[in-house]
Amino acid sequence: MSEETAHISLVVNGEPVSKEVQVRRHLVDFLRLDLELTGSHLGCEHGVCGACTVRVDGIAVRGCLMLAVQADGCDVVTIEGLSRSGEVADLQDAFEQRNAAQCGYCTPGMVMTAAELLAAGGVPDRVEIRDHLSGNLCRCTGYQAIVDAVEETAKARAGR
Amino acid sequence: MSPMDGNGGGGLVGARVPRPNVRRLIHGKGRYTDDISVPGMLHVAFVRSPYGHARIKGIDTSAAQASDGVVRVFTGAEISAVFEPLVSVAAHRPGHKSAPQHVIAVDKVSFQGEPVAAVVADSRANAEDAADLVLVDWEELPVVMGIEEALSPDSPPIFPELGDNVCFQHAIDTGDAAKALAGAAIVVEHEFEFGRHSAVTLESRSVLADWDPVDGRLDVFQSHQSPYQMQDVYSRHLGIPEHKVRVTTPDVGGGFGLKINVHGDELAAAAISKILCRPVKFTADRIESFLADCQTRDHIATAKLGIDADGRITVMDFENALSVGAYTAYIRFGLAEGMMAIMSAAAPYSLSDYHGRTRVAYVNKGIVGMFRGVGVPIGCAVTEVLIDKAAAAANVDPVEFRRRNYHREEAYPLTSVGGYHAYHMSLERCLDACTGIMDYPALRTEQASLRDKGVYRGIGVATFVEAAAFGPIYYGPSGARVSTQDGCTVKLEPSGVVRCNTSVTDQGQGTLTGIAQIVADELGIGMDKIEVLAGDSATTPYGGGAWASRGMTIGGEAALRAGRALKANILDLAATILQTTADTLTLAGGEVRDRETGDARMDLAEIGRIGYYRQDMLPPGTQPELMVTRHFVPDAAYYVANGVHGAHVEVDVETGFVNILGWWVADDCGRVINPLLVDEQIRGGVIQGIGNALYEHTQYDEGGQMLNATLADYLLPMAGEMPDIKIAHVETPVPDTQLGANGIGESGTIGAITVLWCAINDALRPLGAEVTKQPFTPEHILDVLAKVRD
Repeated sequence: MSEETAHISLVVNGEPVSKEVQVRRHLVDFLRLDLELTGSHLGCEHGVCGACTVRVDGIAVRGCLMLAVQADGCDVVTIEGLSRSGEVADLQDAFEQRNAAQCGYCTPGMVMTAAELLAAGGVPDRVEIRDHLSGNLCRCTGYQAIVDAVEETAKARAGR
Repeated sequence: MSPMDGNGGGGLVGARVPRPNVRRLIHGKGRYTDDISVPGMLHVAFVRSPYGHARIKGIDTSAAQASDGVVRVFTGAEISAVFEPLVSVAAHRPGHKSAPQHVIAVDKVSFQGEPVAAVVADSRANAEDAADLVLVDWEELPVVMGIEEALSPDSPPIFPELGDNVCFQHAIDTGDAAKALAGAAIVVEHEFEFGRHSAVTLESRSVLADWDPVDGRLDVFQSHQSPYQMQDVYSRHLGIPEHKVRVTTPDVGGGFGLKINVHGDELAAAAISKILCRPVKFTADRIESFLADCQTRDHIATAKLGIDADGRITVMDFENALSVGAYTAYIRFGLAEGMMAIMSAAAPYSLSDYHGRTRVAYVNKGIVGMFRGVGVPIGCAVTEVLIDKAAAAANVDPVEFRRRNYHREEAYPLTSVGGYHAYHMSLERCLDACTGIMDYPALRTEQASLRDKGVYRGIGVATFVEAAAFGPIYYGPSGARVSTQDGCTVKLEPSGVVRCNTSVTDQGQGTLTGIAQIVADELGIGMDKIEVLAGDSATTPYGGGAWASRGMTIGGEAALRAGRALKANILDLAATILQTTADTLTLAGGEVRDRETGDARMDLAEIGRIGYYRQDMLPPGTQPELMVTRHFVPDAAYYVANGVHGAHVEVDVETGFVNILGWWVADDCGRVINPLLVDEQIRGGVIQGIGNALYEHTQYDEGGQMLNATLADYLLPMAGEMPDIKIAHVETPVPDTQLGANGIGESGTIGAITVLWCAINDALRPLGAEVTKQPFTPEHILDVLAKVRD
């Protein structure tokens, strides 16, 4: 079983990728091991912690709960691509200024998840922000600084 | 102009300076151990014991050996031939005993998850496939799971050669507690159980060991808090001269004490690299993190507090017992978990008589190692819960009761009844600060009015202490090779910018930023002119790394002294160049300035240019020293930080759920180097403490099977349930350092575990109930309510 492979073609961070991949390999292992995009992290490999969150066809998903072969034909964005695009440069600046990351291991997934909330527009209140981030485990910060950073960014974008 | 803009006008220490090294983490540019690959690298997966206690009658590795991609399968016997077993016995604790621990079990296993074989393959996936094919012939042995059960003389010893399952016991007697209890006007008593839990660093443990047989050199990348400690361990156990072992700790995804421990599977990976002469990587997955990571807490206690007719505490009696798994954790022992509990108890209070006893049991569970707080949350929680109960019995407000019973100002320096040496504690100031920001009287008024409506809100106000930054007296006599010294090298580069190398390590706390602030202020430069490097045992000064909240207190002091010494050298060189004396000059704004007038005389780039390239311009014999190293080791055994937490909760008496409504902290960590980072240490610590007290529980069944070794089953605090936290600072600089910083890393966790117990009991007090078990699950809360209703 371990040798069974399939050919997949997809777009990762705006670049076309065409690879032979083990059918059992999940998406985040594919990104980390085959494409050497190590910004996405593995925390639990069972869909709870959110450290592996990436964007697939515009939606934030758990990279550990999706097989690489399921991403055939998809548009995948990782923290590397998201950072390079500048889409969340303001959020990332707010994370830095507010010290919303400590060890930084959850942070790419947290930024990816927060980006989805911010992209929806409006100014979510703190309860909504906390609710949206509740699938991403952070063991260091206690969350308040992260909520602050997301809230500040949303307000700044709305011109408030 | 802000101090961050590089004007070098000083004032960085004490300012809210963001961390220069966090930006790349936020942009996905972190480099954690598992992100690193080297040519020829192999992967190891461990076969782990499915039993809590069993004899290994035989291991058949043939099918695994033939599996795809497998290079070799190792059993414990092969590894033990090159790796001495770990023996962790504290030389200064008579009666302490521990069995030798093989890094891979040889003839028997004594906890579920203990490694029994290692499969080395070309990928982790192939190694895991083959691990499933290793056949072990097991003979199950009876398990010992309960603390009291293990301490009973009838308990079958897990290691017969030890005689029994008693790891260690120790009593502290000050005055005569039995007599004082008999004479007390009021005596209150409470039962306590602190569940076992796990550190759950989001990045699991990871090591990449690369033995080079040509050069006789071992290079290790490891997710660890102390590269120096691990250099020593690899050197001694693998017989490699220390200068041929280099341990690098790249970005570390959470430590919390877990990653100061020494884990057998990580050592086995290094041994395998040496045998195979290939680089070998081991990264724990989540289930093996739950099974094999060092665990923490797991205490039971009964305690009493006696007060006199005037409401003064006279006596405390604290019977503590805990389990530490099957072995004493290598190399730091697990003894502090019990010792700190009985030493820290009652530390804030003026009383005369105390009996504290801890008994430490071996059981067939994972090994208990270091974790944020180490025993102190137990001592603080037991004390503060009793204080509340005594205040209620005496019909005195619990805040007022604390104030009356704190040590008087004139008593300092003092030794508490448990043996805590405190140069000072700012207890009343923290109590005032905390009750001030929480508006304590208003909360009490609201509480009373809501109780009439059947709403049970609780207000907890609890004092904590934290022994931080341990000095050489702590580990020295134990025989453990643990350094309590830290060092810092500061170098002026030719262009006038500065590089520091420190032995302090940073797992996200921000200690490296603090060190940059300290050195930059000494040298009169901005944050944009300095970089701090750490986490490399070969190139940085020797030191302790990160443990016991020591980074700023010890490492910061070393940095201050190094910065001050480099400043003196720079001014000496400038004085030579300017044909004046050094005492007429100072450093500010990246320049050498006239001390009196503030006029610029030359900039640091000019010092660098002449000091490194144009020594021909200097008088004969001038030796510029533009790189300086200083170390610092404290004389004190430790420094006691302190503070007060306030918690406001609502307990749903129908469902047993606890809703946290508000949280406040007044913390005295000495001089605050960076309030932005200190506050986040407190907040992160509080949330971990809330997790420990409300959700987290490493559960084993009676047969030694862990029941909840996934993140779906082991509950952790997520953003949705957690409160915002308001913080106030009280600053009492530690007396015998120039910097004055005290520890902050553990205080939030200690305070949170403590105050949540107080707050929930406060909510339940009108119903006559009290909680006795952490975590305070809805089930437990309903149980204690049912008991009083019956």
